[in-house]
Amino acid sequence: MDFSNFLLMRHEIILLAITLLLIVAEVFIPQNKKPSIVHLAILLFGIHTIIGFLPATDGNLFGGMFRTNGLIHLFKNVLNVGVLILLLQSADWLQEKIVRQNKGTEFFILLFSSLLGMYFMISSGDFLMFYLGLELSTLPVAALAAYETANRKSSEAGVKLILSSALASGVSLFGISMLYATSGSIYFNDIIQMITSTDLTILGMILFFAGLAFKISLVPFHFWTADVYEGAPISIASFLSVISKGAAVFILMILLFTVLKPLMHVWENIIYVVAVLTMFIGNLFALRQQNMKRFLAFSSIAQAGFILLGLIAGSQLGTATVVYFVLIYVFSNLAAFGVVQAISLQTGKENINDYEGLYRTNPNLSLVMMLALFSLAGIPPVAGFFGKFFLFTAAASQGYYVLVFLAVVNVTISLYYYLLVVRAMFLRKSDNPIPFFKNKIYMRLGLLITVLGILVLGLYSPLYDYIYELSGIFN
Amino acid sequence: MIPEISIYEILTVTSILFFIGVYGFITRKNLISILISVELILNASVINFVVINKYLYPDMLQGVVFSLFIIAVAAAETALAVSIIIGLYRQISSVEVKDVETMKH
Repeated sequence: MDFSNFLLMRHEIILLAITLLLIVAEVFIPQNKKPSIVHLAILLFGIHTIIGFLPATDGNLFGGMFRTNGLIHLFKNVLNVGVLILLLQSADWLQEKIVRQNKGTEFFILLFSSLLGMYFMISSGDFLMFYLGLELSTLPVAALAAYETANRKSSEAGVKLILSSALASGVSLFGISMLYATSGSIYFNDIIQMITSTDLTILGMILFFAGLAFKISLVPFHFWTADVYEGAPISIASFLSVISKGAAVFILMILLFTVLKPLMHVWENIIYVVAVLTMFIGNLFALRQQNMKRFLAFSSIAQAGFILLGLIAGSQLGTATVVYFVLIYVFSNLAAFGVVQAISLQTGKENINDYEGLYRTNPNLSLVMMLALFSLAGIPPVAGFFGKFFLFTAAASQGYYVLVFLAVVNVTISLYYYLLVVRAMFLRKSDNPIPFFKNKIYMRLGLLITVLGILVLGLYSPLYDYIYELSGIFN
Repeated sequence: MIPEISIYEILTVTSILFFIGVYGFITRKNLISILISVELILNASVINFVVINKYLYPDMLQGVVFSLFIIAVAAAETALAVSIIIGLYRQISSVEVKDVETMKH
Protein backbone atom coordinates (compact mmCIF):
# COMPACT_ATOMS: atom_id res chain seq x y z
CA MET A 1 0.00 0.00 0.00
CA ASP A 2 1.23 3.45 -0.87
CA PHE A 3 1.12 5.98 1.90
CA SER A 4 2.76 8.83 0.00
CA ASN A 5 -0.69 10.29 -0.74
CA PHE A 6 -0.95 11.22 2.91
CA LEU A 7 1.83 13.75 2.38
CA LEU A 8 -0.91 15.96 0.96
CA MET A 9 -2.09 16.50 4.51
CA ARG A 10 1.42 17.18 5.80
CA HIS A 11 0.37 20.25 7.79
CA GLU A 12 -2.31 18.36 9.65
CA ILE A 13 -0.17 15.30 10.40
CA ILE A 14 2.75 17.32 11.78
CA LEU A 15 0.50 19.50 13.93
CA LEU A 16 -1.30 16.43 15.29
CA ALA A 17 2.08 14.85 16.06
CA ILE A 18 3.16 17.98 17.94
CA THR A 19 -0.06 17.95 19.95
CA LEU A 20 0.40 14.30 20.91
CA LEU A 21 4.05 14.90 21.74
CA LEU A 22 3.05 17.70 24.09
CA ILE A 23 0.62 15.37 25.87
CA VAL A 24 3.46 12.89 26.39
CA ALA A 25 5.77 15.70 27.52
CA GLU A 26 3.20 16.82 30.07
CA VAL A 27 3.35 13.36 31.64
CA PHE A 28 7.12 12.94 31.66
CA ILE A 29 8.45 16.41 32.46
CA PRO A 30 8.83 16.70 36.26
CA GLN A 31 6.94 19.35 38.17
CA ASN A 32 9.89 21.70 38.77
CA LYS A 33 10.80 21.75 35.05
CA LYS A 34 7.30 22.63 33.81
CA PRO A 35 8.21 26.12 32.49
CA SER A 36 10.40 24.48 29.85
CA ILE A 37 7.25 23.20 28.12
CA VAL A 38 6.66 26.71 26.75
CA HIS A 39 10.08 26.68 25.07
CA LEU A 40 9.45 23.17 23.75
CA ALA A 41 6.07 24.09 22.26
CA ILE A 42 7.39 27.25 20.61
CA LEU A 43 10.38 25.38 19.20
CA LEU A 44 8.24 22.58 17.80
CA PHE A 45 5.75 24.99 16.30
CA GLY A 46 8.58 27.04 14.78
CA ILE A 47 9.90 23.92 13.06
CA HIS A 48 6.38 23.12 11.87
CA THR A 49 6.06 26.63 10.42
CA ILE A 50 9.34 26.29 8.53
CA ILE A 51 8.44 22.84 7.18
CA GLY A 52 5.14 24.30 6.03
CA PHE A 53 6.94 26.53 3.53
CA LEU A 54 8.36 23.56 1.62
CA PRO A 55 6.63 23.11 -1.73
CA ALA A 56 3.53 20.95 -1.79
CA THR A 57 1.51 19.18 -4.45
CA ASP A 58 -2.17 19.57 -5.25
CA GLY A 59 -4.64 16.77 -4.81
CA ASN A 60 -7.63 15.16 -3.15
CA LEU A 61 -7.89 12.57 -0.40
CA PHE A 62 -10.66 10.37 1.03
CA GLY A 63 -12.86 10.50 -2.05
CA GLY A 64 -12.74 14.28 -2.30
CA MET A 65 -13.49 15.07 1.35
CA PHE A 66 -10.07 16.62 1.77
CA ARG A 67 -8.47 18.71 -0.94
CA THR A 68 -5.43 20.89 -1.13
CA ASN A 69 -3.89 23.23 -3.66
CA GLY A 70 -1.45 26.12 -3.86
CA LEU A 71 -3.74 28.78 -2.42
CA ILE A 72 -4.95 26.59 0.48
CA HIS A 73 -1.34 25.69 1.19
CA LEU A 74 -0.35 29.36 1.21
CA PHE A 75 -3.20 30.23 3.53
CA LYS A 76 -2.22 27.50 5.98
CA ASN A 77 1.24 29.05 6.06
CA VAL A 78 -0.28 32.46 6.79
CA LEU A 79 -2.19 30.95 9.72
CA ASN A 80 1.01 29.23 10.91
CA VAL A 81 2.97 32.46 10.91
CA GLY A 82 0.15 34.19 12.77
CA VAL A 83 0.01 31.50 15.46
CA LEU A 84 3.81 31.51 15.81
CA ILE A 85 3.83 35.28 16.41
CA LEU A 86 0.97 34.86 18.85
CA LEU A 87 2.85 32.17 20.78
CA LEU A 88 5.96 34.36 20.96
CA GLN A 89 3.91 37.26 22.26
CA SER A 90 2.07 35.23 24.88
CA ALA A 91 5.11 33.24 26.11
CA ASP A 92 5.77 35.60 29.03
CA TRP A 93 2.13 35.62 30.07
CA LEU A 94 2.13 31.82 29.96
CA GLN A 95 5.34 31.58 32.01
CA GLU A 96 4.17 34.01 34.67
CA LYS A 97 0.48 33.23 35.02
CA ILE A 98 -0.58 29.98 33.44
CA VAL A 99 2.34 27.60 34.05
CA ARG A 100 2.23 28.53 37.76
CA GLN A 101 -1.32 27.19 37.89
CA ASN A 102 -0.09 24.03 36.20
CA LYS A 103 -2.23 24.60 33.08
CA GLY A 104 0.54 25.32 30.57
CA THR A 105 0.40 22.24 28.38
CA GLU A 106 -3.36 22.27 28.02
CA PHE A 107 -3.16 25.78 26.61
CA PHE A 108 -0.98 24.60 23.72
CA ILE A 109 -3.02 21.45 23.17
CA LEU A 110 -6.26 23.40 22.91
CA LEU A 111 -4.72 26.10 20.73
CA PHE A 112 -3.18 23.57 18.34
CA SER A 113 -6.43 21.57 18.18
CA SER A 114 -8.23 24.70 17.16
CA LEU A 115 -5.64 25.39 14.47
CA LEU A 116 -5.97 21.79 13.27
CA GLY A 117 -9.71 22.35 12.94
CA MET A 118 -9.04 25.41 10.81
CA TYR A 119 -6.73 23.41 8.53
CA PHE A 120 -9.47 20.85 7.98
CA MET A 121 -12.06 23.56 7.54
CA ILE A 122 -10.19 25.43 4.81
CA SER A 123 -9.23 22.30 2.90
CA SER A 124 -12.62 20.60 3.23
CA GLY A 125 -14.17 19.17 0.09
CA ASP A 126 -17.62 18.46 1.48
CA PHE A 127 -19.96 19.89 4.06
CA LEU A 128 -19.33 17.12 6.62
CA MET A 129 -15.61 17.85 6.74
CA PHE A 130 -16.39 21.55 6.79
CA TYR A 131 -18.73 21.16 9.77
CA LEU A 132 -16.29 19.02 11.73
CA GLY A 133 -13.47 21.48 11.06
CA LEU A 134 -15.67 24.40 12.08
CA GLU A 135 -16.56 22.77 15.38
CA LEU A 136 -13.00 21.63 16.08
CA SER A 137 -11.81 25.17 15.51
CA THR A 138 -14.50 26.74 17.71
CA LEU A 139 -14.86 24.52 20.77
CA PRO A 140 -11.25 24.67 22.05
CA VAL A 141 -11.27 28.46 21.73
CA ALA A 142 -14.34 28.63 23.96
CA ALA A 143 -12.49 26.58 26.55
CA LEU A 144 -9.49 28.90 26.19
CA ALA A 145 -11.64 32.03 26.55
CA ALA A 146 -12.76 30.73 29.95
CA TYR A 147 -9.17 29.74 30.79
CA GLU A 148 -8.51 32.16 33.66
CA THR A 149 -10.92 30.30 35.91
CA ALA A 150 -10.36 32.67 38.83
CA ASN A 151 -11.43 35.62 36.71
CA ARG A 152 -15.18 36.08 36.51
CA LYS A 153 -15.05 38.03 33.24
CA SER A 154 -13.14 35.21 31.60
CA SER A 155 -15.87 32.68 32.45
CA GLU A 156 -18.48 35.10 31.20
CA ALA A 157 -16.60 35.43 27.91
CA GLY A 158 -16.44 31.64 27.62
CA VAL A 159 -20.19 31.28 28.17
CA LYS A 160 -20.99 33.96 25.63
CA LEU A 161 -18.65 32.48 23.03
CA ILE A 162 -19.82 28.87 23.37
CA LEU A 163 -23.53 29.73 23.34
CA SER A 164 -23.37 32.08 20.38
CA SER A 165 -21.10 29.78 18.38
CA ALA A 166 -23.41 26.84 19.12
CA LEU A 167 -26.34 28.86 17.81
CA ALA A 168 -24.29 29.85 14.77
CA SER A 169 -23.35 26.29 13.91
CA GLY A 170 -26.96 25.18 14.42
CA VAL A 171 -28.27 27.82 12.02
CA SER A 172 -25.52 26.95 9.58
CA LEU A 173 -26.42 23.25 9.73
CA PHE A 174 -30.07 23.99 9.02
CA GLY A 175 -28.94 25.86 5.94
CA ILE A 176 -26.67 22.99 4.88
CA SER A 177 -29.61 20.57 5.20
CA MET A 178 -31.57 22.71 2.73
CA LEU A 179 -28.67 22.78 0.28
CA TYR A 180 -28.54 18.99 0.65
CA ALA A 181 -32.28 18.76 -0.03
CA THR A 182 -32.03 20.59 -3.33
CA SER A 183 -28.81 19.08 -4.63
CA GLY A 184 -28.81 15.56 -3.18
CA SER A 185 -25.18 15.59 -2.14
CA ILE A 186 -22.93 17.10 0.48
CA TYR A 187 -19.85 17.09 -1.76
CA PHE A 188 -18.93 20.52 -3.10
CA ASN A 189 -18.15 19.16 -6.56
CA ASP A 190 -21.57 17.51 -6.89
CA ILE A 191 -23.40 20.53 -5.54
CA ILE A 192 -21.73 22.83 -8.09
CA GLN A 193 -23.31 20.80 -10.88
CA MET A 194 -26.75 20.48 -9.30
CA ILE A 195 -27.33 23.89 -7.76
CA THR A 196 -30.02 26.13 -9.25
CA SER A 197 -31.52 29.37 -8.07
CA THR A 198 -34.62 28.06 -6.29
CA ASP A 199 -36.22 29.56 -3.19
CA LEU A 200 -35.12 26.70 -0.95
CA THR A 201 -31.51 26.97 -2.12
CA ILE A 202 -31.49 30.71 -1.49
CA LEU A 203 -32.92 30.24 2.01
CA GLY A 204 -30.32 27.56 2.71
CA MET A 205 -27.54 29.80 1.49
CA ILE A 206 -28.72 32.70 3.67
CA LEU A 207 -28.84 30.51 6.79
CA PHE A 208 -25.43 29.07 5.96
CA PHE A 209 -24.02 32.57 5.43
CA ALA A 210 -25.48 33.68 8.78
CA GLY A 211 -23.67 30.86 10.55
CA LEU A 212 -20.29 31.84 9.11
CA ALA A 213 -21.01 35.54 9.62
CA PHE A 214 -21.06 34.81 13.36
CA LYS A 215 -17.49 33.61 13.15
CA ILE A 216 -16.35 36.61 11.11
CA SER A 217 -18.48 38.88 13.38
CA LEU A 218 -20.33 40.69 10.62
CA VAL A 219 -22.87 43.13 11.82
CA PRO A 220 -26.19 41.60 12.63
CA PHE A 221 -24.25 38.81 14.33
CA HIS A 222 -21.50 40.77 16.09
CA PHE A 223 -22.92 41.10 19.61
CA TRP A 224 -20.63 38.55 21.21
CA THR A 225 -17.42 40.06 19.84
CA ALA A 226 -16.65 42.97 22.16
CA ASP A 227 -17.66 41.12 25.33
CA VAL A 228 -15.64 38.02 24.49
CA TYR A 229 -12.56 40.04 23.54
CA GLU A 230 -12.74 42.03 26.76
CA GLY A 231 -13.21 39.04 29.03
CA ALA A 232 -10.94 36.50 27.40
CA PRO A 233 -7.15 36.46 27.92
CA ILE A 234 -5.50 38.84 25.44
CA SER A 235 -3.75 36.14 23.45
CA ILE A 236 -7.11 34.40 22.92
CA ALA A 237 -8.72 37.68 21.90
CA SER A 238 -6.04 38.16 19.28
CA PHE A 239 -6.38 34.51 18.18
CA LEU A 240 -10.11 35.08 17.67
CA SER A 241 -9.68 38.35 15.86
CA VAL A 242 -6.85 37.28 13.56
CA ILE A 243 -6.52 33.53 13.02
CA SER A 244 -10.09 32.41 13.51
CA LYS A 245 -11.53 35.29 11.52
CA GLY A 246 -9.00 34.81 8.72
CA ALA A 247 -9.78 31.11 8.34
CA ALA A 248 -13.54 31.74 8.32
CA VAL A 249 -13.19 34.48 5.71
CA PHE A 250 -11.13 32.17 3.52
CA ILE A 251 -13.59 29.26 3.53
CA LEU A 252 -16.56 31.59 3.10
CA MET A 253 -14.81 33.08 0.07
CA ILE A 254 -14.08 29.68 -1.46
CA LEU A 255 -17.66 28.51 -0.96
CA LEU A 256 -19.20 31.69 -2.34
CA PHE A 257 -16.91 31.73 -5.37
CA THR A 258 -17.25 28.06 -6.27
CA VAL A 259 -20.24 26.20 -4.78
CA LEU A 260 -22.62 29.14 -4.49
CA LYS A 261 -21.45 30.94 -7.65
CA PRO A 262 -24.80 30.37 -9.47
CA LEU A 263 -26.51 32.35 -6.68
CA MET A 264 -24.18 35.31 -7.08
CA HIS A 265 -27.02 37.68 -7.99
CA VAL A 266 -28.46 36.97 -4.52
CA TRP A 267 -25.39 36.95 -2.32
CA GLU A 268 -23.86 40.06 -3.81
CA ASN A 269 -26.87 42.03 -2.54
CA ILE A 270 -26.59 40.45 0.90
CA ILE A 271 -22.89 41.21 1.08
CA TYR A 272 -23.49 44.78 -0.09
CA VAL A 273 -25.91 45.50 2.79
CA VAL A 274 -23.88 43.60 5.38
CA ALA A 275 -20.64 45.33 4.34
CA VAL A 276 -22.12 48.82 4.70
CA LEU A 277 -23.70 47.97 8.06
CA THR A 278 -20.55 46.29 9.36
CA MET A 279 -18.25 49.16 8.44
CA PHE A 280 -20.49 51.87 9.87
CA ILE A 281 -21.49 50.12 13.10
CA GLY A 282 -17.98 48.81 13.77
CA ASN A 283 -16.44 52.23 13.29
CA LEU A 284 -19.07 54.24 15.14
CA PHE A 285 -18.98 51.94 18.17
CA ALA A 286 -15.19 51.98 18.18
CA LEU A 287 -15.31 55.76 18.62
CA ARG A 288 -16.77 55.54 22.11
CA GLN A 289 -14.63 52.74 23.58
CA GLN A 290 -12.26 53.36 26.47
CA ASN A 291 -10.95 49.83 26.95
CA MET A 292 -8.19 48.93 24.49
CA LYS A 293 -9.50 45.37 23.98
CA ARG A 294 -13.05 46.54 23.21
CA PHE A 295 -11.57 49.20 20.95
CA LEU A 296 -9.64 46.60 18.98
CA ALA A 297 -12.74 44.37 18.92
CA PHE A 298 -14.83 47.00 17.17
CA SER A 299 -11.91 47.91 14.93
CA SER A 300 -11.69 44.26 13.88
CA ILE A 301 -15.44 44.25 13.14
CA ALA A 302 -14.91 47.24 10.88
CA GLN A 303 -11.96 45.52 9.17
CA ALA A 304 -14.22 42.52 8.45
CA GLY A 305 -16.54 44.95 6.68
CA PHE A 306 -13.67 46.06 4.46
CA ILE A 307 -12.82 42.44 3.64
CA LEU A 308 -16.35 42.02 2.25
CA LEU A 309 -15.47 44.53 -0.46
CA GLY A 310 -13.10 41.96 -1.89
CA LEU A 311 -15.69 39.19 -1.57
CA ILE A 312 -18.31 41.13 -3.50
CA ALA A 313 -16.06 41.25 -6.58
CA GLY A 314 -16.42 37.48 -7.02
CA SER A 315 -13.42 37.18 -9.32
CA GLN A 316 -9.78 36.16 -9.32
CA LEU A 317 -8.94 39.74 -8.35
CA GLY A 318 -11.33 39.43 -5.40
CA THR A 319 -9.71 36.22 -4.14
CA ALA A 320 -6.21 37.63 -4.44
CA THR A 321 -7.03 40.88 -2.66
CA VAL A 322 -8.83 39.13 0.19
CA VAL A 323 -5.92 36.75 0.82
CA TYR A 324 -3.43 39.61 0.57
CA PHE A 325 -5.46 41.78 2.95
CA VAL A 326 -5.80 38.97 5.50
CA LEU A 327 -2.04 38.42 5.34
CA ILE A 328 -1.38 42.09 6.15
CA TYR A 329 -4.18 42.19 8.71
CA VAL A 330 -2.54 39.28 10.57
CA PHE A 331 0.64 41.29 11.07
CA SER A 332 -1.02 44.63 11.86
CA ASN A 333 -3.55 43.33 14.34
CA LEU A 334 -1.06 41.03 16.05
CA ALA A 335 1.28 43.99 16.53
CA ALA A 336 -1.48 46.02 18.17
CA PHE A 337 -2.57 43.15 20.39
CA GLY A 338 1.08 42.38 21.23
CA VAL A 339 1.67 45.88 22.59
CA VAL A 340 -1.59 45.74 24.57
CA GLN A 341 -0.51 42.39 25.98
CA ALA A 342 2.99 43.61 26.92
CA ILE A 343 1.58 46.61 28.77
CA SER A 344 -1.21 44.63 30.41
CA LEU A 345 1.22 41.99 31.62
CA GLN A 346 3.60 44.53 33.19
CA THR A 347 1.11 46.99 34.65
CA GLY A 348 -2.39 45.53 34.33
CA LYS A 349 -3.57 48.69 32.57
CA GLU A 350 -5.85 48.33 29.55
CA ASN A 351 -7.53 51.70 29.06
CA ILE A 352 -6.69 54.23 26.37
CA ASN A 353 -6.22 56.93 29.04
CA ASP A 354 -3.48 54.86 30.64
CA TYR A 355 -1.45 55.11 27.44
CA GLU A 356 -0.96 58.86 27.84
CA GLY A 357 2.68 59.81 27.78
CA LEU A 358 3.75 56.33 26.72
CA TYR A 359 6.17 57.70 24.13
CA ARG A 360 8.29 59.40 26.79
CA THR A 361 8.68 56.27 28.87
CA ASN A 362 8.52 53.44 26.30
CA PRO A 363 9.36 54.87 22.86
CA ASN A 364 9.82 51.51 21.15
CA LEU A 365 6.48 50.11 22.19
CA SER A 366 4.66 53.26 21.15
CA LEU A 367 6.37 53.19 17.76
CA VAL A 368 5.23 49.59 17.22
CA MET A 369 1.70 50.54 18.25
CA MET A 370 1.76 53.56 15.94
CA LEU A 371 2.86 51.44 12.98
CA ALA A 372 0.16 48.87 13.73
CA LEU A 373 -2.58 51.49 13.99
CA PHE A 374 -1.36 53.27 10.82
CA SER A 375 -1.43 49.93 9.02
CA LEU A 376 -4.95 49.18 10.28
CA ALA A 377 -6.10 52.66 9.26
CA GLY A 378 -4.39 52.42 5.86
CA ILE A 379 -1.88 55.27 5.83
CA PRO A 380 0.31 55.07 2.70
CA PRO A 381 3.87 54.00 3.50
CA VAL A 382 2.85 50.92 5.52
CA ALA A 383 1.35 47.68 4.26
CA GLY A 384 -2.23 48.30 5.37
CA PHE A 385 -2.66 50.97 2.73
CA PHE A 386 -1.95 48.57 -0.10
CA GLY A 387 -4.26 45.95 1.35
CA LYS A 388 -7.16 48.39 1.51
CA PHE A 389 -6.32 49.95 -1.85
CA PHE A 390 -6.42 46.56 -3.61
CA LEU A 391 -9.71 45.65 -1.91
CA PHE A 392 -11.26 48.91 -3.15
CA THR A 393 -9.86 48.23 -6.63
CA ALA A 394 -11.51 44.81 -6.63
CA ALA A 395 -14.90 46.26 -5.67
CA ALA A 396 -14.57 49.14 -8.15
CA SER A 397 -13.65 46.75 -10.98
CA GLN A 398 -17.19 45.31 -10.71
CA GLY A 399 -18.76 48.78 -10.72
CA TYR A 400 -19.58 49.17 -7.01
CA TYR A 401 -18.59 52.84 -6.89
CA VAL A 402 -21.11 53.83 -4.19
CA LEU A 403 -19.88 51.04 -1.95
CA VAL A 404 -16.26 52.13 -2.45
CA PHE A 405 -17.26 55.70 -1.61
CA LEU A 406 -18.93 54.55 1.63
CA ALA A 407 -15.82 52.52 2.45
CA VAL A 408 -13.61 55.57 1.97
CA VAL A 409 -15.90 57.54 4.31
CA ASN A 410 -15.37 54.75 6.84
CA VAL A 411 -11.61 54.84 6.42
CA THR A 412 -11.80 58.51 7.37
CA ILE A 413 -13.86 57.76 10.48
CA SER A 414 -11.48 54.98 11.47
CA LEU A 415 -8.50 57.30 10.98
CA TYR A 416 -10.00 59.57 13.65
CA TYR A 417 -10.18 56.94 16.37
CA TYR A 418 -6.89 55.29 15.53
CA LEU A 419 -5.24 58.69 15.79
CA LEU A 420 -6.90 59.24 19.19
CA VAL A 421 -4.70 56.44 20.55
CA VAL A 422 -1.63 57.80 18.77
CA ARG A 423 -2.35 61.24 20.20
CA ALA A 424 -2.68 59.82 23.71
CA MET A 425 0.70 58.10 23.35
CA PHE A 426 2.70 60.87 21.69
CA LEU A 427 1.15 64.26 22.51
CA ARG A 428 -0.61 63.92 25.85
CA LYS A 429 1.26 64.26 29.12
CA SER A 430 0.36 62.29 32.17
CA ASP A 431 1.19 62.62 35.86
CA ASN A 432 1.72 58.92 36.32
CA PRO A 433 2.58 57.40 32.95
CA ILE A 434 3.31 53.72 32.50
CA PRO A 435 6.87 53.33 33.83
CA PHE A 436 9.69 52.13 31.60
CA PHE A 437 10.02 48.38 31.34
CA LYS A 438 12.05 46.02 29.23
CA ASN A 439 10.31 43.17 27.45
CA LYS A 440 11.64 39.65 27.52
CA ILE A 441 13.22 38.12 24.43
CA TYR A 442 10.13 36.26 23.15
CA MET A 443 7.91 39.32 23.24
CA ARG A 444 10.55 41.44 21.51
CA LEU A 445 10.96 38.82 18.81
CA GLY A 446 7.20 38.60 18.34
CA LEU A 447 6.85 42.36 17.97
CA LEU A 448 9.89 42.56 15.68
CA ILE A 449 8.41 40.05 13.23
CA THR A 450 5.15 41.96 13.07
CA VAL A 451 6.95 45.25 12.45
CA LEU A 452 9.02 43.68 9.68
CA GLY A 453 5.83 42.27 8.19
CA ILE A 454 4.08 45.64 8.26
CA LEU A 455 7.02 47.44 6.66
CA VAL A 456 8.12 44.86 4.11
CA LEU A 457 4.86 43.33 2.85
CA GLY A 458 3.59 46.57 1.39
CA LEU A 459 6.75 47.23 -0.58
CA TYR A 460 7.52 43.73 -1.81
CA SER A 461 5.23 43.50 -4.80
CA PRO A 462 6.15 40.02 -6.19
CA LEU A 463 4.22 38.59 -3.24
CA TYR A 464 0.97 40.06 -4.51
CA ASP A 465 1.66 38.77 -8.02
CA TYR A 466 2.32 35.32 -6.57
CA ILE A 467 -0.98 35.35 -4.66
CA TYR A 468 -2.82 36.59 -7.74
CA GLU A 469 -1.39 33.74 -9.80
CA LEU A 470 -2.46 31.13 -7.23
CA SER A 471 -5.96 32.62 -6.94
CA GLY A 472 -6.87 31.49 -10.42
CA ILE A 473 -7.62 28.00 -9.05
CA PHE A 474 -10.98 29.00 -7.63
CA ASN A 475 -12.41 30.92 -10.58
CA MET B 1 -40.60 5.97 5.77
CA ILE B 2 -44.09 6.42 7.20
CA PRO B 3 -46.90 5.59 4.72
CA GLU B 4 -49.48 8.33 5.27
CA ILE B 5 -47.06 11.15 6.04
CA SER B 6 -45.36 13.08 3.26
CA ILE B 7 -42.08 14.95 3.53
CA TYR B 8 -43.93 18.27 3.76
CA GLU B 9 -45.43 17.51 7.16
CA ILE B 10 -42.11 16.44 8.64
CA LEU B 11 -40.24 19.43 7.26
CA THR B 12 -42.95 21.69 8.69
CA VAL B 13 -42.41 20.12 12.10
CA THR B 14 -38.63 20.58 11.89
CA SER B 15 -39.02 24.19 10.78
CA ILE B 16 -41.30 24.87 13.76
CA LEU B 17 -38.77 23.14 16.01
CA PHE B 18 -36.00 25.31 14.58
CA PHE B 19 -37.86 28.54 15.21
CA ILE B 20 -38.89 27.46 18.73
CA GLY B 21 -35.17 27.03 19.34
CA VAL B 22 -34.30 30.47 17.98
CA TYR B 23 -37.13 32.07 19.96
CA GLY B 24 -36.02 30.31 23.13
CA PHE B 25 -32.41 31.34 22.61
CA ILE B 26 -33.43 34.99 22.44
CA THR B 27 -36.05 35.12 25.19
CA ARG B 28 -34.85 32.67 27.86
CA LYS B 29 -33.27 34.14 30.99
CA ASN B 30 -31.44 31.05 32.19
CA LEU B 31 -28.17 29.75 30.71
CA ILE B 32 -29.28 26.10 30.88
CA SER B 33 -32.54 26.92 29.08
CA ILE B 34 -30.56 28.74 26.39
CA LEU B 35 -28.43 25.63 25.98
CA ILE B 36 -31.57 23.48 25.63
CA SER B 37 -32.83 25.88 22.94
CA VAL B 38 -29.61 25.40 21.00
CA GLU B 39 -30.13 21.65 21.23
CA LEU B 40 -33.58 22.09 19.68
CA ILE B 41 -32.00 23.87 16.70
CA LEU B 42 -29.38 21.15 16.25
CA ASN B 43 -32.00 18.39 16.53
CA ALA B 44 -34.18 20.11 13.95
CA SER B 45 -31.29 19.89 11.49
CA VAL B 46 -30.61 16.25 12.44
CA ILE B 47 -34.23 15.31 11.64
CA ASN B 48 -33.98 17.34 8.43
CA PHE B 49 -30.94 15.40 7.26
CA VAL B 50 -32.44 12.00 8.06
CA VAL B 51 -35.81 12.77 6.46
CA ILE B 52 -34.35 14.31 3.33
CA ASN B 53 -32.07 11.32 2.96
CA LYS B 54 -34.89 8.82 3.42
CA TYR B 55 -37.55 10.48 1.27
CA LEU B 56 -35.59 12.13 -1.53
CA TYR B 57 -32.24 10.35 -1.94
CA PRO B 58 -32.68 6.84 -0.46
CA ASP B 59 -29.85 5.27 -2.50
CA MET B 60 -27.08 7.13 -0.67
CA LEU B 61 -26.56 7.44 3.09
CA GLN B 62 -24.89 10.85 3.21
CA GLY B 63 -27.61 12.52 5.26
CA VAL B 64 -27.79 9.75 7.85
CA VAL B 65 -24.02 9.72 8.33
CA PHE B 66 -24.03 13.50 8.63
CA SER B 67 -26.71 13.31 11.33
CA LEU B 68 -24.63 10.84 13.37
CA PHE B 69 -21.71 13.27 13.32
CA ILE B 70 -23.98 16.15 14.36
CA ILE B 71 -25.23 14.17 17.36
CA ALA B 72 -21.68 13.39 18.50
CA VAL B 73 -20.44 16.96 18.07
CA ALA B 74 -23.53 18.37 19.78
CA ALA B 75 -22.82 16.17 22.78
CA ALA B 76 -19.26 17.51 22.99
CA GLU B 77 -20.53 21.05 22.62
CA THR B 78 -23.07 20.60 25.43
CA ALA B 79 -20.48 19.04 27.72
CA LEU B 80 -18.13 21.96 27.21
CA ALA B 81 -20.88 24.56 27.64
CA VAL B 82 -22.12 22.93 30.85
CA SER B 83 -18.59 22.75 32.24
CA ILE B 84 -18.03 26.46 31.56
CA ILE B 85 -21.40 27.27 33.13
CA ILE B 86 -20.47 25.21 36.22
CA GLY B 87 -17.20 27.16 36.43
CA LEU B 88 -19.19 30.38 36.40
CA TYR B 89 -21.70 29.00 38.92
CA ARG B 90 -18.89 28.36 41.39
CA GLN B 91 -18.07 32.05 41.35
CA ILE B 92 -21.47 33.73 41.39
CA SER B 93 -23.84 30.92 42.54
CA SER B 94 -26.29 31.67 39.76
CA VAL B 95 -27.00 30.75 36.16
CA GLU B 96 -29.41 33.60 35.46
CA VAL B 97 -28.41 35.85 32.57
CA LYS B 98 -29.00 39.05 34.56
CA ASP B 99 -26.51 37.94 37.24
CA VAL B 100 -23.96 36.72 34.73
CA GLU B 101 -23.77 39.83 32.61
CA THR B 102 -21.26 42.45 33.75
CA MET B 103 -19.81 43.61 30.44
CA LYS B 104 -22.06 45.86 28.38
CA HIS B 105 -21.59 48.40 25.65
